[in-house]
Amino acid sequence: MNNILVFCEITEEQQIAEVSLELCSKARKLADRLNSRLDAIVIGNDIKNIEEQLFPFGVDSVFYLNDTRLSFYQTLPFFGTIAKLIQEETPDIVLFGATSVGRDLAPRISSYLRCGLTADCTSLEIGDHTDAKTQTVYKDVLYQIRPAFGGNIIATIVSPETRPQMATVREGVMKKEIYNENHKGVIRNLKAEDYLKDNDFCVEILNRHIEAQKVNIKGAPIIVAGGYGMGSKENFALLHELAEVIGGEVGATRAAIDAGFTESARQIGQTGVTVRPKLYIACGISGAVQHRAGMDQSAKIISINTDPNAPINSIADYTIIGDAMDVLPKMIKSYKSNML
Amino acid sequence: MNNKQFHIVVLAKQVPDTHNVGKDAMKEDGTINRAALPAIYNPDDLKALEMALACKDALKDIMSVEVTIVTMGPPRAAEIVRESMFRGADNGIVISDKRFAGSDTLATSYALSAAVKKLGKVDIVFSGRQAIDGDTAQVGPQVAEKLELAQITYAEELVSVTENEIVIKRRLDRGIETVKTSFPVLITVHGNANECRPRHAKRVIMYKNASSISERQETKANGQKPMVTIEEWNADDINPDFSRLGMSGSPTKVKSIENVVLTSKENKIITNSESEINELMKELVTAHII
Repeated sequence: MNNILVFCEITEEQQIAEVSLELCSKARKLADRLNSRLDAIVIGNDIKNIEEQLFPFGVDSVFYLNDTRLSFYQTLPFFGTIAKLIQEETPDIVLFGATSVGRDLAPRISSYLRCGLTADCTSLEIGDHTDAKTQTVYKDVLYQIRPAFGGNIIATIVSPETRPQMATVREGVMKKEIYNENHKGVIRNLKAEDYLKDNDFCVEILNRHIEAQKVNIKGAPIIVAGGYGMGSKENFALLHELAEVIGGEVGATRAAIDAGFTESARQIGQTGVTVRPKLYIACGISGAVQHRAGMDQSAKIISINTDPNAPINSIADYTIIGDAMDVLPKMIKSYKSNML
Repeated sequence: MNNKQFHIVVLAKQVPDTHNVGKDAMKEDGTINRAALPAIYNPDDLKALEMALACKDALKDIMSVEVTIVTMGPPRAAEIVRESMFRGADNGIVISDKRFAGSDTLATSYALSAAVKKLGKVDIVFSGRQAIDGDTAQVGPQVAEKLELAQITYAEELVSVTENEIVIKRRLDRGIETVKTSFPVLITVHGNANECRPRHAKRVIMYKNASSISERQETKANGQKPMVTIEEWNADDINPDFSRLGMSGSPTKVKSIENVVLTSKENKIITNSESEINELMKELVTAHII
């Protein structure tokens, strides 16, 4: 079969993870392009509402392994189950979220099946590949596109000769989109005794300490930051809107936080967090040295400022002269029309 | 002290320092100028070495513990072994052969696992979570699978170790999990783990002349007699299936590479017009920045 399989991760709240839904959305498009079926695998303990959570994203069949021992992710039982299912179903493509779970699991599966795996893809496409040496043409392979070498190059990777073609993708990279509210698939229950072995449970979980979801500007690949020049708390909503659309987080200067525009966990600079995202969009930020110290290592900096002489412009790659309240809606509109 | 032997292997890698990419890091044709980048001990691997040495400290009074470094790379990777010995490792092996060239993570993990197999009984294999020149975090779990070992990834803290079991705190995306397992096991160490202890002056004196055969051939002229030999294995030494090494053992192929060092650090002024902002956004999308 040339179907696509998505590993659906379960969150601490016993829901299908966002990143898995994003992957299903992308995988549905790839499946339509390949004219193939979209499968998902869910492993857990008594997961509720799988149908409602997955079918609207275009999933045709869900393989579900339900076992009381599987409340939390453990490498060996998940590995054994998915590796066996892949051998039975022979999917063409298998996708995982690049989470602490996906990055633990996917390489072990690729090693066992001796197939290619590309980590942290930022884009997935279908296309043909011609081997430079043999001139063999491989039809409809998965282009696994990712930054490499510290973000200095973008590489397109293919695994033309082995199957499945596997990739991991970080949360927020693909866009979550409902395919069809009324799409219906089937659930196929896997029998635990067919997939699990007793010695799969040789690593014992003694204790788990889970933190509540919180702002994570440190790890965000894109940061939209606002300064005192944003003017008000209400105006900060526009920063959140752009960040949401392009997959980033919102940061702020100390002046903006002192003025009560946003929460202190978002402070970037000498007394806040130091960040080095691949893109930093500074809105209404003059660029005091204390702020610059926390963000001047960003790969690309865009400054949006009414003042052409603002100090931040000297370290920016692009300066847009204008009021952020006027510029940001144009950026959002442009991104939406270029990407959708 | 009983006469049990406990063997710890640390997989370490010498990497170009991608976090300090200077102006000459990229050649004009857009390829990487490796010569312009300093070679360093992969940061996560140094933390793995520390956890291995901490295990040795905890166990050395009850049994004999040996810490062996295994590194794959060009002959100069012997520097990694020497650096590890300065800090407390007992010995090390450089796996080096032109036939490994072009290895992706699968072929790399195959060669490393074949080398570890040759070492005989091993109780713990440590490695860094990921290397900064690839950031894939794949090799650790792949070696674990090939050696049929249980794996504990993202270890942040060694809680306890006895001759029968180890307790580790590991980092999750949203928290911390404490796990316990018996040996053998492969453990990958997270960047949040303890910093590696510094070089020990006595060990530096003892091992500064430790060298591999290739290194000695290069410096034959000064005729100095080294005290310790760093072992060097080629592909034949690890008894592999040759089709699983290097390019032929690597399912992933680089189809194309684009240089994203876009315009240099010159400031481009953009007016607040829909068309210019649209051009900028298109540029960012094309460069995979957004």
